[in-house]
Amino acid sequence: MPRILLLVGTRKGCFLLEGDERRRDWSVRGPFCEGWPIFHAVHDPASGAIYAAAASEWHGAGVWRSVDLGESWELSSEGLGYSEEGPRLSKLSGLTVAHGRVFAGAEAPGVFESNDGGATWSLLSTLDDQPGRAAWNDPGNQPPGHLGLPAILAHPHERSRFWAVVQGIGIFETTDDGASWTPRNRGLRADWPVEDPEVGYCVHKLVMSPADPDRLYQQNHCGMHRSDDGGRSWNEITEGLPSDFGFAAAAHPHDRDTFYVIPLDPGHGRCMPDGRAAVWRTRDAGTSWQRLDRGLPQRDAHLGVLREGLATDELDSCGLYFGTSTGQVFASADEGESWSEIASYLPAISSVEVAVLD
Amino acid sequence: MAELHLPPTLPPLFRDLPRQLDIAATTVDEAIDRLDERWPGLRDRVCEPGPVLRPHINVYVDRERAGLDTTLETRSRVDIIAAISGG
Repeated sequence: MPRILLLVGTRKGCFLLEGDERRRDWSVRGPFCEGWPIFHAVHDPASGAIYAAAASEWHGAGVWRSVDLGESWELSSEGLGYSEEGPRLSKLSGLTVAHGRVFAGAEAPGVFESNDGGATWSLLSTLDDQPGRAAWNDPGNQPPGHLGLPAILAHPHERSRFWAVVQGIGIFETTDDGASWTPRNRGLRADWPVEDPEVGYCVHKLVMSPADPDRLYQQNHCGMHRSDDGGRSWNEITEGLPSDFGFAAAAHPHDRDTFYVIPLDPGHGRCMPDGRAAVWRTRDAGTSWQRLDRGLPQRDAHLGVLREGLATDELDSCGLYFGTSTGQVFASADEGESWSEIASYLPAISSVEVAVLD
Repeated sequence: MAELHLPPTLPPLFRDLPRQLDIAATTVDEAIDRLDERWPGLRDRVCEPGPVLRPHINVYVDRERAGLDTTLETRSRVDIIAAISGG
């Protein structure tokens, strides 16, 4: 019977929640990583390793790794930094594991890679030739959070092809392992003046359907969007949602047309609207949306969920999990139809990822 | 030998790193070099490229605020402090 491991990154360390296939009873282990703020924790199904991107107020940024499912942890920052004359690396905000490599997205914006299981790192690209690049490192030009390059999405079959998200700037695709990049923001909307139509878009979360690598979804600062051509063009699919704003989003593991999102109030609050918690699902690629709230709190629930805070597992009846900025984790074992609260008092949650263990 | 005192946040990161130890060094920067030789990666936990001390790391030599270039006497006491920050 498979075991389900949730990797929960919080402001006070990494936590691991473990349950069985029924996904009803969960145990909590942690905090790990010496209580360092964890921006994103991921599991590598090929090696079994866990990686957690961290940045300590005192001791800087690094990636923690555990090869024994959290029993022991090691920290490395060897190679994680820019040149003496370069910008300061303040944090690592996103991790991706693909094709035997680990990628880390950094602030100031850059992509780092490790080819030895997170022991050492090297700078792969800072996307230097992109429009407006000279202004990216100026904190005055950056959105709140200062995430830099928070996400790298790898192509499942093509080793040298991946997409990088630069906060407040947009998506860039490389097909030559980072040697060159192409902006992939056509069709996106910006509610502010954009000098160059190729860039200047606020992509909160970019997701690929595991069933079709050409099918991408994104929660943007300005609406939900879908691409059917690997990001070359985008179409807005916001209609039917209560808000065009949100951070977290996740794709169904088996159905390319099913996708989940957590709309939030777009103002300063950035919580679920009206204090009523809900996840929204489309089963027709964004033509229509359903509100999923059975088992979720429906009054005085001013919950926020950040961009890495929602995840799906890969079981036949897929499970969904989300973690809140106030430390609750909610889980569904029936594709979002019903929910239960499986952890209530964790520190503020930055990320939730799922590993299915044999 | 200077007497070096480390913040409690550092020993959990490095095997067998004590809170207090004696170091033969003529400057704070050199003392950090000696630590990094025995515990690789330790410099990166207290210094940024430059090198400069990390923003919330303070160093005192004989109870006076110090920098990387501050010289050490034979019996200097060096305190590396993780400043009060965060919440």
